[in-house]
Amino acid sequence: MRHETIEKSVNLMMVLIVLAVSVGGLIEIVPLMVSPEVTEPAEGIEPYPPLRLAGRDIYVREGCYNCHSQMVRPFRSETERYGPYSIAGESVYDRPFQFGSKRTGPDLARVGGRYSDEWQYVHLMNPRDVVPESNMPAYPWLADRLVDPELITTKMRRLQMLGDPYTDEQIANAAAEVEGRTEMDALIAYLQELGTNPRVRR
Amino acid sequence: MPTFWHIYIAAGTILTIVWCGWLIAWSAKQGPQNKGDDELVGHVWDGDLAEWNKPMPKWWLYLFFITIFWGVGYLIAFPGLGGYQGMLGWSSSGQYDEEIEAAAARYEPIYAEFAAMEWDDLVRHPEAQQLGASLYASYCTTCHGSDARGAKGFPNLTDDAWIWGDSEQQIVTSILNGRNAVMPVLTPALGGDEGVANMVTYVRSLSGLVEADAAATAMQPMFVALCSACHGVEGNGNPLLGSPSLTDGVWLYGSSIEDVTATIVNGRNGIMPAHGELLGENRTKILAAYVRSLSLDGGSAGGMQ
Repeated sequence: MRHETIEKSVNLMMVLIVLAVSVGGLIEIVPLMVSPEVTEPAEGIEPYPPLRLAGRDIYVREGCYNCHSQMVRPFRSETERYGPYSIAGESVYDRPFQFGSKRTGPDLARVGGRYSDEWQYVHLMNPRDVVPESNMPAYPWLADRLVDPELITTKMRRLQMLGDPYTDEQIANAAAEVEGRTEMDALIAYLQELGTNPRVRR
Repeated sequence: MPTFWHIYIAAGTILTIVWCGWLIAWSAKQGPQNKGDDELVGHVWDGDLAEWNKPMPKWWLYLFFITIFWGVGYLIAFPGLGGYQGMLGWSSSGQYDEEIEAAAARYEPIYAEFAAMEWDDLVRHPEAQQLGASLYASYCTTCHGSDARGAKGFPNLTDDAWIWGDSEQQIVTSILNGRNAVMPVLTPALGGDEGVANMVTYVRSLSGLVEADAAATAMQPMFVALCSACHGVEGNGNPLLGSPSLTDGVWLYGSSIEDVTATIVNGRNGIMPAHGELLGENRTKILAAYVRSLSLDGGSAGGMQ
């Protein structure tokens, strides 16, 4: 087949381009989809409990990922500051994952327990109250808004359909667990557990 | 990963490289081979603009082949072909471990040397202070501030008020294991708003913020009953419990009537998170000495600046 033949037939060229660009994905991505290191949860990693699940969705809604990554990379400069580097099995219940690469603020993959709940609250209400140099926006409305219990139940059912091992009992109790809790409570609960899985702590 | 996928990756990678090599070799043979064999590709624009069909420059062609040789060499030396680990035995976690080992070999003796020093010397040692200042900047500024003067609810480290004590052992313990202070909710015991208001006045009078009136002075027995277990009969605090002195004029949660009322009505729960895992004992001692020096005359008061 001459080059000219391909160049002059849009359809043929389209098919060949699709074939060429899919090779990389077929070799690099497809095997990962069936690889236990990536698809099996690391020891101690459980699906998010209702309040933390709500907090995670608030984290995504407020766009926290625009400034905060959630992946400690395997370099000393990172692990000295943030703690042990992240492994794939820690993120299996993240849909979508929050790895990110933009760090206007610090990485949050291991922020759980690094500060007190009180600090997280004050800091989210107005970051400058505790860190005068901070350029992070304030999120005071989180303290006034309540988590929607019905929505959490629905979310957990959908996640169960996608294969997250929630029990029916957990889903039945979900609404009661988040009843009356503010979005601030939920976000802090989410942050305070991030990366605290015992096996991956050094 | 199951063996099938290792073979799949290795075979796919090798086939792609062979295919690329063949494609380049084959396409180089198409069209004119020598500079002299000029021919036009056949398009004409604007009546007289045509395009030469020239052979690819040799240096360019060779770059393609060099890239392929580089790729083959890379796949022999480094992991990439399925489960094959590469001749150099490189891995990202191995590289990380080496980096950590090298840093430990380089820095641990320095930390150990400082950590072995007498506390009083360490507190005033200029190089230890520099090291301490950089540790402080990495791990402490978020709560205690870059000037170490803290914020509401987060202690100032440059003053003379030491909620959990100022000895070597006390500061080291605060950093290594963290601290957890509990101020309970006292409204019910105080019998409602009036009791709370009088107690607020009494507590504020202890450091001379206000004159206690008769109603407030009458709270003294109540203070002894409710508060003295932690804060002491005189209100001088107790570093063993992390209960602050109420007489020194330092107010962690604010000294206004509203702030003191909030403390009594809602309670407080001051937490210093543990840093032992991140710092280890030697560095903790260096950091503790730096923190201690912040409130000493001629110390590093003023923090990082």
